[in-house]
Amino acid sequence: MPERRRRRPFDFSTALIFIVSAVSGLSVYLRQGPERFFSVFRGDVLLFGNMLPKMLAGCLIGGFVTLLLPRELVARHVGSESGMLGLFIAAAAAAVLPGGPFTIYPVAGAFLGIGADAGTAIAFITSWMLLGYNRALVWELPFFGGNFVAWRVILCLPLPFVAGLLGRAAIRAFTLRMESPS
Amino acid sequence: MMLALNIFLWVIVAALGLMAAMRGTHLFRDSVRGSIIDFLQQLPRIALGVIGSGFIAEAMPQDLIVPWIGPQSGLLGVAIATIGGAATSGGPVVGFSIAAAALKAGGGAPQVIAYVVAWSLFSLQRLIGWEIPLMPARVVWLRAAVSVPLPFIAAAAAMLLNRP
Repeated sequence: MPERRRRRPFDFSTALIFIVSAVSGLSVYLRQGPERFFSVFRGDVLLFGNMLPKMLAGCLIGGFVTLLLPRELVARHVGSESGMLGLFIAAAAAAVLPGGPFTIYPVAGAFLGIGADAGTAIAFITSWMLLGYNRALVWELPFFGGNFVAWRVILCLPLPFVAGLLGRAAIRAFTLRMESPS
Repeated sequence: MMLALNIFLWVIVAALGLMAAMRGTHLFRDSVRGSIIDFLQQLPRIALGVIGSGFIAEAMPQDLIVPWIGPQSGLLGVAIATIGGAATSGGPVVGFSIAAAALKAGGGAPQVIAYVVAWSLFSLQRLIGWEIPLMPARVVWLRAAVSVPLPFIAAAAAMLLNRP
């Protein structure tokens, strides 16, 4: 069973955001009046409420994909592909794989272990960072709403390939050695 | 559009749930329970970030944001946003709160996209805390190096298409 994210609901960065938000909220209340304060508050609560069903769906999809698509399987299949197809499969796999850094980096590391090139691993990691539905649905959507996030993802679609190809070109141009552990 | 997205997502949930249930009711139940716990654990922090970013944007003086990363700030604004994104440490709540506040306070969409992309790609905390321990360091540095143009490409595409 893959490990789950274990996070305390409150940590240092959350505390920081809380303090900055509280000070900002107080300043809005005092300087612009309670009416403006509650209007801003209502707008953001509504945005957040609208996104709740999508966030829950994102979490459930993540849970089911973790169950149905074991990481070892993904690492084996993606790692054995090469060329443009390899980049494409790596980017697609990373976009659907849920989970945090501790699930993604070991998979990318496993590709390298079974002979995939560093470009494939780079495309995989870049795709997880920019196209992963899990982060987009659960984290990004409540902050920005659907239109902004949809365009952000569309604009980022080519980037895993760009990074993967640049990585391969750099390895060729500078004859970098990626296979030896450092 | 929002309703269509909701329906689409829940159809996927139902289809994957059915496939998971066919693997065994125990696995299915564990998976649902784990997902709901994940959801509930993230809820308070995201709620705080979303509501907080609204107040931060409201309290932030607009004449501070707009000249630096406003819609007219162009490529220089994109560069500033990229550096800001890479320099932001902290988890997604911090990164997205700052980005959402900047957008609400008058930041341009291409600049905010560059910020989000740079933060996603370079966040030092993730790079040092997770990536270097789990990956060969050479691959990590190569990835970081080839990722430098990516926030600019995304922002340039947003400017060309005039979206979002």
